[in-house]
Amino acid sequence: MSDAKQTKIDLSNLKAGGFIKERGKDLFTVRLRVPGGRMSISRLKKIAEVADRFGGEFVHLSVRQSIELININFRDFDAVVEELGESSQKVASCGARVRVPVACGGCEYNPNGLIDTQKSALEVDEKLFGTPTGHHKFKVAFAGCPFDCPKSATNDIGFQGAVYPELDISACISCGLCAKNCVPKAIVMGDDNKPVFSNDPCIWCGDCVKVCPTGAWSEKRRGYTARIGGKWGRNPLVGTLFATFLPEGQVVPFISSVLEWYKSKAEGKGRVRLGDTIIAEGPDSLLGHLRQQFPESIVNATIPPQVIVTQIGISK
Amino acid sequence: MQVIDLRGVSCPTNFVKVKLALEELENGDQTTILLDDGEAVKNVPRSLKAEGHKLLALKQAEEGHYVLELEKFEE
Ligand code: SF4
Ligand code: SF4
Ligand code: SF4
Repeated sequence: MSDAKQTKIDLSNLKAGGFIKERGKDLFTVRLRVPGGRMSISRLKKIAEVADRFGGEFVHLSVRQSIELININFRDFDAVVEELGESSQKVASCGARVRVPVACGGCEYNPNGLIDTQKSALEVDEKLFGTPTGHHKFKVAFAGCPFDCPKSATNDIGFQGAVYPELDISACISCGLCAKNCVPKAIVMGDDNKPVFSNDPCIWCGDCVKVCPTGAWSEKRRGYTARIGGKWGRNPLVGTLFATFLPEGQVVPFISSVLEWYKSKAEGKGRVRLGDTIIAEGPDSLLGHLRQQFPESIVNATIPPQVIVTQIGISK
Repeated sequence: MQVIDLRGVSCPTNFVKVKLALEELENGDQTTILLDDGEAVKNVPRSLKAEGHKLLALKQAEEGHYVLELEKFEE
């Protein structure tokens, strides 16, 4: 076929991955970069146009909020990238790199949201997109509140919006709503008919602040809790608590610091995930590393990522 | 015989590079492809076989990478 026209492809487009070989000859899935799952209508239209022209009969909505174009011939890569670029839609990453962050809707229009997860997801995507880890994939997720719809603790780093409540007892009219609505029972009504708060069961959901009719409950601190070392798949781990009330502005340096620790500790260990590295090294090593830069937010002690056994129940 | 050295080249660039290099060969031509251990050797030979090319040999070299001998075949 030396007489056929030689295909030219800009290989630099492929550097961060996002082009995934399909079963069919010459065909690829092209995973689009949709941080936090937010997609403007104009982009959506452009994507539909490109999918219609170059792809198959459908697109796929991935579990990590991406739109994936299906059945793209690799000879069309440049054209696809260029066309999408017209609406500044970019291709995602894959492989041993920082992946596109996932986030719930956050707080702009969602009444439960305590924090602007969308802003954080965009910022992380902008600053850390495709950073090679040297070892394995690296996933980040943002949940606006402890309801945790995005299952943040199953990511390498999962952030959750959190509020620490504070009571001004003089403003309390003893309605009991805060105690009634505190699901983990961190608030109970005392004998004097005033709320009594206990720190340990509190999950920092802020429901007491929202429900109190007089504003007796207010927020003392607001920020992200960070759970580290989670993953799902063949050997699931749930990430454990490393930081509380991390200010929004410190999310990117926090992730960078975790990456730095991961890179150095997993050196020479091949394709190992962050959670397994924490289990091997012990969580104190990572706590100590992070404490230097984020002394206000790092917890005093934590436990390693927790193994979830999923193979119990095989009959015999 | 031509050698396509894809050591240090990650997915999917390695596969696309092979495809482009193969465009310059005739059916029946043989070529040697060097691939990294890990993802590269798990994916690239399988994909090439699925496209109809003949895998003649696949061996790990002492340095750790894999050497794939391939005969081009495209309908
Ligand atoms: S995690 Fe909280 S803020 Fe986010 S979608 Fe769920 S309930 Fe809403
Ligand atoms: S923040 Fe949530 S868990 Fe904590 S006391 Fe208030 S309602 Fe209870
Ligand atoms: S909701 Fe507010 S006013 Fe009602 S008992 Fe709690 S603190 Fe007091």
